[in-house]
Amino acid sequence: MISPEYYIFLGSGLFTIGVIGVLTRRNILIILMSIELILNAVNINLIALSQYFHSVDGQVFAILVITDAAAEAAVGLGLIIALFRNKETVNADEIDLLKW
Amino acid sequence: MLELITFGILSVVMLVSAILVITRRNAVHSVIWLTVTLFAVAGIYLLQHAEFVFAVQVILYVGGIMVLFLFVVMLVDIDTSIKQARFARQWQVALVTAVLVLAQVGYVLYNHGHGLNLPPRPMVSAAPLGNTQAVGMALYQNYMLAAEIASLLLLVAMVGAVIMAKRKLQ
Repeated sequence: MISPEYYIFLGSGLFTIGVIGVLTRRNILIILMSIELILNAVNINLIALSQYFHSVDGQVFAILVITDAAAEAAVGLGLIIALFRNKETVNADEIDLLKW
Repeated sequence: MLELITFGILSVVMLVSAILVITRRNAVHSVIWLTVTLFAVAGIYLLQHAEFVFAVQVILYVGGIMVLFLFVVMLVDIDTSIKQARFARQWQVALVTAVLVLAQVGYVLYNHGHGLNLPPRPMVSAAPLGNTQAVGMALYQNYMLAAEIASLLLLVAMVGAVIMAKRKLQ
């Protein structure tokens, strides 16, 4: 039995890598992939604590998070296709229609 | 001991491939490294005897979402974005902020005596069900409403994705 702190620290490491990806990359596709990394980091924490407390509630929440990730990927990728069709770019800093 | 070694290997694979995801120039390589990361996460689930979530992760994430990503990466123009700068202008600030967040979490977790105060681990009371059976019972009894809302969310997302990717709105 590994102590849950290890898993939580691993999850926060993955979360940090995902945050760095969201904040630094220009390509929207990579930003979306970093969001997937962040959601997986959350799932690692949920599973670790659900195992620690001998309860499956955390696993149910992890499944709901995965459902959310699937919905988010579908809508996000549809948005990227629509954006690419109109602006011919996938760089987040060139999509600035709302910027005054 | 074996569990700890497996945990170490899986976490090294996961973190290294996650770093490769956010640093590769070619988006196709990023997708492939993301697949490796998700497999490592699935291994972590298996290590904790969460077999059902492991199966869902492999089938849905690696099998479904990654194929969707690969499709879209190949639909959009990657040849020009390979030649352009990878990182946005504010990357130093972003890096410092994210590492500060990690340092805070680490400090909270490993601050001796005042760290993560989890309640004591409860004893196993009833005869344990199989993992899939237990998850199914919880999902369709206690969390029935949440499961229904999740299915509605998937329906909305499906309609939204179709409308978003249509060529022209009437």
